[in-house]
Amino acid sequence: MPKVVLSSGSASLGLTGGVTEFEVEATSFRRLILELEKRFPGLGNQVEESMAVAIDGEIYQDAYAAELRPGSEIVLIPKIGGG
Amino acid sequence: MNYINSDLKVVGTRPIRPDGVEKVTGRALYSADTRVAGMLWGKILRSPHAHARIVSIDTSKAEALKGVHAVVTSKDFPAIKSEEAFVGEGPMNFRDLSDNIMARNKALYEGHAVAAVAATTPAIADEAMALIDVTYEVLPHVIDVDDAMKADAPVLHADMFTAGVNPKPATASNIAKVVTFKKGDIDAGFADAEVIFEGSYTTKPVHQGYIEPHACLATYNPDGQISIHASSQGHFMIRAYTAKLLGLDMADIRVNPAEIGGGFGGKTLIYLEPVAVALSRKSGKSVKMQMTREEVFRGSGPTSGASVSVKLGAKKDGTIVAAQQVLKFQAGAYAGSPIGPGCMCGFALYDIPNIDVLGYDVVSNRPKVAAYRAPGAPISSFAVECAVDDLARKLGMDPLTLREKNAAVNGTKTHYGPTHTNIGYTQVLEAAKAHPHWKAPVAEGHGRGLAAGFWFNIGGESSATVHINEDGTVMVATGSPDIGGSRASMGMMAAEVLGIPVAKVKAIVADTASIGFTFLTGGSRVTFATGMAVTQATEKVVDQLKARAAQTWDIPVDAVEWKDGKAFPAGTNAGAFEPLDLAAIALKQGRTGGPINAEVSVNAQGAGAGFGAHICDVKVDKETGHVEIVRYTAIQDVGKAIHPSYVEGQIQGGAAQGIGWALSEEYIYNDKGQMENPGFLDYRCPVASDLPMIEAVLVEVPNPRHPFGARGVGEVPIIPPMAAISNAIKSAVGVRMEHLPMSPPKVRAALDAAG
Amino acid sequence: MAKQHVTATINGEAAEFLCETQQTMLDVLRDVVGLTGAKEGCASGDCGACSILVDGTLVCSCLMLGVEAEGTSITTIEGIAQGDHLHPIQQKFLEHAALQCGFCTPGLIVATKALLDENPNPTETEARYWLAGNLCRCTGYDKVIRAVMDAAAVMRGETV
Repeated sequence: MPKVVLSSGSASLGLTGGVTEFEVEATSFRRLILELEKRFPGLGNQVEESMAVAIDGEIYQDAYAAELRPGSEIVLIPKIGGG
Repeated sequence: MNYINSDLKVVGTRPIRPDGVEKVTGRALYSADTRVAGMLWGKILRSPHAHARIVSIDTSKAEALKGVHAVVTSKDFPAIKSEEAFVGEGPMNFRDLSDNIMARNKALYEGHAVAAVAATTPAIADEAMALIDVTYEVLPHVIDVDDAMKADAPVLHADMFTAGVNPKPATASNIAKVVTFKKGDIDAGFADAEVIFEGSYTTKPVHQGYIEPHACLATYNPDGQISIHASSQGHFMIRAYTAKLLGLDMADIRVNPAEIGGGFGGKTLIYLEPVAVALSRKSGKSVKMQMTREEVFRGSGPTSGASVSVKLGAKKDGTIVAAQQVLKFQAGAYAGSPIGPGCMCGFALYDIPNIDVLGYDVVSNRPKVAAYRAPGAPISSFAVECAVDDLARKLGMDPLTLREKNAAVNGTKTHYGPTHTNIGYTQVLEAAKAHPHWKAPVAEGHGRGLAAGFWFNIGGESSATVHINEDGTVMVATGSPDIGGSRASMGMMAAEVLGIPVAKVKAIVADTASIGFTFLTGGSRVTFATGMAVTQATEKVVDQLKARAAQTWDIPVDAVEWKDGKAFPAGTNAGAFEPLDLAAIALKQGRTGGPINAEVSVNAQGAGAGFGAHICDVKVDKETGHVEIVRYTAIQDVGKAIHPSYVEGQIQGGAAQGIGWALSEEYIYNDKGQMENPGFLDYRCPVASDLPMIEAVLVEVPNPRHPFGARGVGEVPIIPPMAAISNAIKSAVGVRMEHLPMSPPKVRAALDAAG
Repeated sequence: MAKQHVTATINGEAAEFLCETQQTMLDVLRDVVGLTGAKEGCASGDCGACSILVDGTLVCSCLMLGVEAEGTSITTIEGIAQGDHLHPIQQKFLEHAALQCGFCTPGLIVATKALLDENPNPTETEARYWLAGNLCRCTGYDKVIRAVMDAAAVMRGETV
């Protein structure tokens, strides 16, 4: 099961009670969102709307299909914009 | 397909851009250049108060004035419920966006729109505005971020309870959000350190300073069909936000992208379009609106001003073991400053085991901040890069060596979580070290400074269509407004894939009805994401061209290859056919199946991060405090420069904006919270005589996720200048400037204080 | 109040227009005559995007009234090219990629023409100070100055 880290820089900590690392049965970003929503109601939606996922250092934004492999480093970070 | 190691014929060259001639002859049409017969002039009445309750608005006298055809206030806009979104490249709530374009209950900044009129001439519109009676209850205001955080500060939003704090506060404040990022154990890190440096820094709000003010021409037709002609960094965003704020269907709005006179992030939001549409609906005529320069300053979103503190701990050998940063950013009137990226970017350049960053998103009575080139990062890096420089001094180390020793590399875990991959920072530092500027002796009385910067760059959604004309020439259409010459790069990438000269390819920007959804132009994303869509669409077209040739020759399609703009039989077994070029295939397009084209939409991921290092030599006039930039070199990893001239242009332009931010630009407020310098005379942007030539050095560490290896380039260059200059001033005259801008009176005061 | 009738030469052609007394020359060019090449960046003479030549003198058209054009010869960006022949300044701006968004470009080109009409062999410093009245936010002026120096050399017949 891939291990997912919630970057501490998010207001989501309130929803997880301070937990920042999870093991989740998920091979895609979409599955991850659904699993997080089940485990911590509201977190899945928040992740979907306001966070990006960095998989082995590459940042994916708004990508349901982003692949999560068991060995990958998976970190949820705030969405990035630009100017 | 990946062309990174290919022999390239077009990509990497410097053709003249396809839209160039119309721009040098004055023919190009920008937002304010179009008129329609019978159109009205729309103008916005703005609050003179920084913070006030709007008690009542009486528009009756204005409505009665001859020549006035419509007057609108917030009553003409639907109430939007709270909905967090990513708007204009930053977090914002749609309810706040609605309130920003037309105030409902409170004026939250000087310049906040409270009403608008449409009249037959600008003069009548001005007269009408003077006849609108607004009764304000003036409230105490607060501007500065530190002041806004105080317990007794006037509170802007009664429903703002700081997010990210556990437990949630019981009283409302101006602190919208707190974010933290941690790595390792910061206390243990500092305990382990042998040398410590601490610094506190402030920056003032600055404006993106685009020379073209916001403008638009909107027509609401009696059947509800709306057309908007406007420049922006994203005409799809204009459509989406206008639809949202007026409660309309997107299909009923068509936005035609005018040429844009600069954006830099400031034109990713909307201000005028929904108002112009509302005025057009009410009056039954087209409405043209154009901000004055004063309105641009008073009423559109600049960046945050900020307070930042940095503490660094290192071993005597220069290994940085602990880094801490606290950032407080102004968000303007509504929550949503770039505090997140600000927290992430400062230390992203370093491999440090123990990091602790704390950030505050704070509202105050100024326009809502909009994105400005790498939002958050310039402020954060100003503080970090000055602190690293002073740490180097304390350690007795060369500042470049200290950065090299602690540089982030592939495999460095950042403090915000992800591990760096495919980055080019060490290559940038090596290029800096090898550069003649770094090696040149520093002239007598001058000082040299070095600073670096990091930005993520983004990908996102882009659509592109490639069509073969019946004569074999090629059209490329995308949905990305062209701010910096991107049309040239799009055409070049298509030409490269097809193997034809770029002169045979025409790239245009299509309107919202003519191309698939495309996210805005910003975040250094167009060459990456839209380029990816263009390349993929062109590859699909090549597949079709091969299939048409196969049909013409009556051979299997896998017996056809495409090279240098022609279909060839693949090997002698396929048949001795003369190659078919685009013109020959297009001539028979009907007979072989119909028009030849492809549209591709992507949500591009894997945008390569960018790093830059700038070297700056200054001369400080000790009598006046004036800082002269004597020599400037900007080194950046660009992945692959599709059109090197425009890549250099981005670097030079970003550096110039950073220099202005460093030396002369700032919002000056009076004690009523009103901006005192809303014009280019006193809001001092760099002019030609302020700057030397800016040497842009392109380091190409390919980004494997882009077909040609391109990384975004536009934002990184604005990050290093402020610290590079402060570091250079320190070298020159021994004083550390911690407060921006480092304008002559401030430098003079610092010199006086130093004795 | 009745409009004023003005007769002038604009880009070599006889022109006449009606305008209100308070209308600036910039507004007249853009809204009355229909030449939108000159741009409004600030309307206070600080950015140079509205630059035109009036009897050969470089002027911010936002600082001039339309009625002041009476009897003068006005050159705007639209009059710099000769038919379909770009002026060397325009050509060099393109070759050097001296424009990004292009908004300040008309003003810069007109100002450059005024510079080279007066001083065909400026130093880089002289060019920078002459053009200090034309704000550019995109380029950092580097490629602009290179284009200006190169155009000057072309106009002196030293290169093509």
